[in-house]
Amino acid sequence: MNFSVFLVSFFTWLILTWSLDPQEIAIGLLVSFVVSVVFTRYYKIAFDAKFPVRFLKFVFIYIPIFVWEMFKANLDVGSRVIMPSMGLRPGFVKIKTELKSEVGKMILANSITLTPGTITLDIDGQQLYVHWIEVSGTDESSKKAIYGKFERVLKGVFE
Amino acid sequence: MSQFIHQAISYSLMGIGAFFYFLAGLGLVRMPDLYTRLQASTKATTLGTFSLVLGVGILNPAFLGKSLLVILFVALTNPVASSVMIRAAYKCKLPTCKETYVDEISVNENGGETV
Repeated sequence: MNFSVFLVSFFTWLILTWSLDPQEIAIGLLVSFVVSVVFTRYYKIAFDAKFPVRFLKFVFIYIPIFVWEMFKANLDVGSRVIMPSMGLRPGFVKIKTELKSEVGKMILANSITLTPGTITLDIDGQQLYVHWIEVSGTDESSKKAIYGKFERVLKGVFE
Repeated sequence: MSQFIHQAISYSLMGIGAFFYFLAGLGLVRMPDLYTRLQASTKATTLGTFSLVLGVGILNPAFLGKSLLVILFVALTNPVASSVMIRAAYKCKLPTCKETYVDEISVNENGGETV
């Protein structure tokens, strides 16, 4: 049994049922226990002592930056859709991240994909392959525009 | 008055969401190839979904927890779906539009294919 999976599924259950009725909680405990036993092999998540600090840092430092970046990029792609005269310069670029932890790389790739204008194709070790709708340049400094901010904050959160 | 502000915030969030859904649909028609179409469609829907669902959650506070959970699930699954779609297209060697500026994946340092 994976205790972290148990916690996550029980918490999800609590939010979804949105009641503290003893019957609901009992069924929730039972179901989360079964889920955590069955799926132990597939989930590698494990919470350690640093998890609460990381979680708070993630929510209060990373999420606001991410939402702001996503908002800006959405306006950018939206204006490209409305005015085709702005032109496109799509391309596939290769970027190298300094993050080492699996979770950090996953969140970086997901953030790049969620930010409009860039989609992660693949991860190979510490290299990310990205489709970018407006390639401003192929040197490192212009590539940093896609992921530099995310990487800096994620480094503080996860490493 | 506070009731009015409350409703105004939630309805304008829903309006923003609907507008971004419209942009996503328009992008599907206007973009030149599959890669840029995926950019326009799956991307404009992220902000669309987030603000639409958040608007519903703010309008009816009983749904707020659930709508935050929906946002979390969309944020976790949407990138995986679009990443898999674009990778499948790339592996099928789907032609890119003529504006395509650079392709650093197809050739690595040794001259072989990486993806």
